[in-house]
Amino acid sequence: MGGMEVSVVHEVKGVNDLEKLKTGSILHIQDVYKAYGDNLILDDIDLSIAPGEFCAVVGPSGCGKSTLLRLILGQERTTTGQVLLNGSPIGSPDKDRGIVYQKYSLFPNLRALDNILFGHRLRMWPWQWGARKKELTEKAMVFLRRAGMENHSHKYPHQLSGGQQQRVAVIQALFSRPKILLMDEPFSALDPGAREDMQMFLLELWEESRLTIFFVTHDLEEAAYMGTRLVALSQYYSDERDPAELKKIGAKVVVDLHLREIGQAASPQVKTTAQFGQLIQDIRRDAFDPGYRQHVKDFSLNHPHSFYTLSSYEGGEEPT
Amino acid sequence: MKYPRLFGLHARPGPYLHWVLVALPFAFMICAYLISSHKMLAENPNAKLLPSVAKMAEATARLATEPDPRTGQYPFWQDTVSSLQRLGMGIVSAAIVGLLLGINMAMFPGLNSLARAFVTFLSIIPPLAVLPVLFIVFGVDETAKVILIFVGSVFVITRDIFLATLALPKEQVTKALSLGASQLGVVYRVILPQVMPRLFNTTRLTLGAAWLFLIAAEAIASTEGLGYRIYLMRRYMAMDVILPYVCWITLIGYTLDLGLRLWVGWRYPWYTK
Ligand SMILES: Nc1ncnc2c1ncn2[C@@H]1O[C@H](COP(=O)(O)OP(=O)(O)OP(=O)(O)O)[C@@H](O)[C@H]1O
Ligand SMILES: [Mg+2]
Repeated sequence: MGGMEVSVVHEVKGVNDLEKLKTGSILHIQDVYKAYGDNLILDDIDLSIAPGEFCAVVGPSGCGKSTLLRLILGQERTTTGQVLLNGSPIGSPDKDRGIVYQKYSLFPNLRALDNILFGHRLRMWPWQWGARKKELTEKAMVFLRRAGMENHSHKYPHQLSGGQQQRVAVIQALFSRPKILLMDEPFSALDPGAREDMQMFLLELWEESRLTIFFVTHDLEEAAYMGTRLVALSQYYSDERDPAELKKIGAKVVVDLHLREIGQAASPQVKTTAQFGQLIQDIRRDAFDPGYRQHVKDFSLNHPHSFYTLSSYEGGEEPT
Repeated sequence: MKYPRLFGLHARPGPYLHWVLVALPFAFMICAYLISSHKMLAENPNAKLLPSVAKMAEATARLATEPDPRTGQYPFWQDTVSSLQRLGMGIVSAAIVGLLLGINMAMFPGLNSLARAFVTFLSIIPPLAVLPVLFIVFGVDETAKVILIFVGSVFVITRDIFLATLALPKEQVTKALSLGASQLGVVYRVILPQVMPRLFNTTRLTLGAAWLFLIAAEAIASTEGLGYRIYLMRRYMAMDVILPYVCWITLIGYTLDLGLRLWVGWRYPWYTK
C-alpha cells in the first residue's frame, strides 16, 4: 500500500460498546481515509448509521462529500479503513445500495416507465420478465401516479423537465428496494418550487418505506429540514498537527447532530422557527467558516451513535 | 422586423426558397453538361467524351434489358447485385466486429491494454497496400474483395465506437450495477443499446471508403460488378456506359445514406434530441 502508514489506536470515544453499535447499524464506517495521490481528502471518518435514519450530509464545496458517498457506493475504494453494510465489508456497487445523482441517473434511451422497470428487467430472464411484466408495470404506474406523472410514463428523459427527471430517478432507485439509498445533491439543479415539491415527495416515500437514506447536499437548510440526523464534513478545524506539514488537511466529521426521531418527517413549518435559524447559524460557523477553526476536541458530536477512534495517517500514495 | 432571406447568420430562406436552393447546383451541373455535350457533338458527331442523354439511355437500357449471350444474365443488374453483396457483407461484418471490439475495449481495462495500441497500429496500414496480399492469400474470387472492404472499415468503426463508449457518463455504469445488473448486463444491456445509433452513423460515414475499396478490388480482379464494368468500358472509351454507372453508384450510395439516417431517426428517437 505504498508509503502509507496508519496506526490505529483503538481508543474509542463517544460510545460505550463499539461492537454493539457495529452490529446494530446498517452502515458502519470506521477509520476511513481517502487520499488522491498526496492529497488527503477524508481524514479518519467514523460514522455509524442506524436503519431507517435519514442522514443528511453537508460541508463546504470540495470537502469530500461526494468522495465519501462514492466510497459507500463502492464506486471507489478507501485508502484504508472499513465500510460495512449490515456488518459485512462492501464490494463493488450492487443492488443493496441505490443511488440518485444530480444528473445521469436515468438512461437516456429508455422511456420513463422503462427506466423504472429496468432494474427488475436486468435481473430476470426474459421468460421470468414476461410472467411478471404486468404486475410490475402496474406497481410502477402507482408510483408515477403519486408523483403526478402518469401522463409522462412514455416520455424519454430529455422530454421531461429537471424536476420530473429527478422524480423518475427517485422512483427508479426505490423500485429496486435497496437497503440504503444514496443521494448526491439530487435536487441541486432544481428551482426552489420544484425543489420543495421533491423534498416533500421524498420524505413521504421515506416515511412509508422506512428506508435508510444517505443524503448529500450543499444546502444547509435542506439538510436541517430533511434529516433525522445531520452530519457536517469540513476541513476547517485545528488539531495538534502543524498545518504547514500537511499537503492539505483532510475533512473530518465536525458536526453530528440528532434532529428528530427516525420515521418522523419534519413539517415544513419548522423552517420558520427561531430554533431552526439558530441551528443553521451554528453549523455554518462550525463547518463552513474558514476563519473559525474548532479544535478536534470541541466538535459538536452529540448524536447518540457518534463515535471516534484515534488514529493517524502518515501521508503516502494511493495504490493505483 | 423580418429575417433576411438569404444572407447572414440569421437568414431564414423559408421552405420555397430552400428547395430552389437545393435544386440549383444540380440544375447547374446538368445544364453545363448538356450544353457542353451539345456543342461537342455539333462539331464532331462521333465524339465519345460527352455522349448525349439519348445515347446514354440507350446504352444503359441495352445492358439492363438484353441478356448477355454468353451467360444469359442482364449485365446491369448482375453488376449491381454482386457489388451490393460484396459491399453488404464487408460493411455488415465490419460493423458487428467493430461494435463488439470497440465497446469491450472501452469497458474492460484489461482488454483495453491488450488491444488498443494494436488496433491503432492496424488501422494505419493502408488497406489498398495489402490488397495484393489478400489476392495471393484468398485467391481472386469473392473472399478477398469482402475482406478488403472489411479491413478498410473495421478499425475506423472500432475506434469510433470505442470513443463513443468512453464518452458515456461513468455514472451510468454505477447506476446500472446498483440496479442489480451483472458486468455483462452493463455492457450489453446498458451500454450497447446506447451506442447503437452511433454505430449506424459511423457506418454511414464509412460507406464512402467501403465503395472505394469495392471498386478498386473489382477493377483489378473480377468478372462482374459495377467497378469491373466501369474499368472494362474504359478500354473502349465507352463514356455512354461509364457515366450512367457512376450516376447509378452515386444514387445507390445516396439512398443507403438516407436510409440509414432515417432509420436512426425513427428507431432511436432519443438520440438526436
Ligand atoms: N478522481 C479524483 N482525483 C483527484 N482528486 C479528486 C478526485 N475526485 C475528487 N477529488 C478531489 O477531492 C476533493 C473532494 O471532492 P468531492 O467531489 O468529494 O467534493 P464535494 O464535497 O462533493 O464538493 P461539492 O460540494 O462541490 O460537490 C476535491 O478537492 C477534489 O478536487
Ligand atoms: Mg459533490
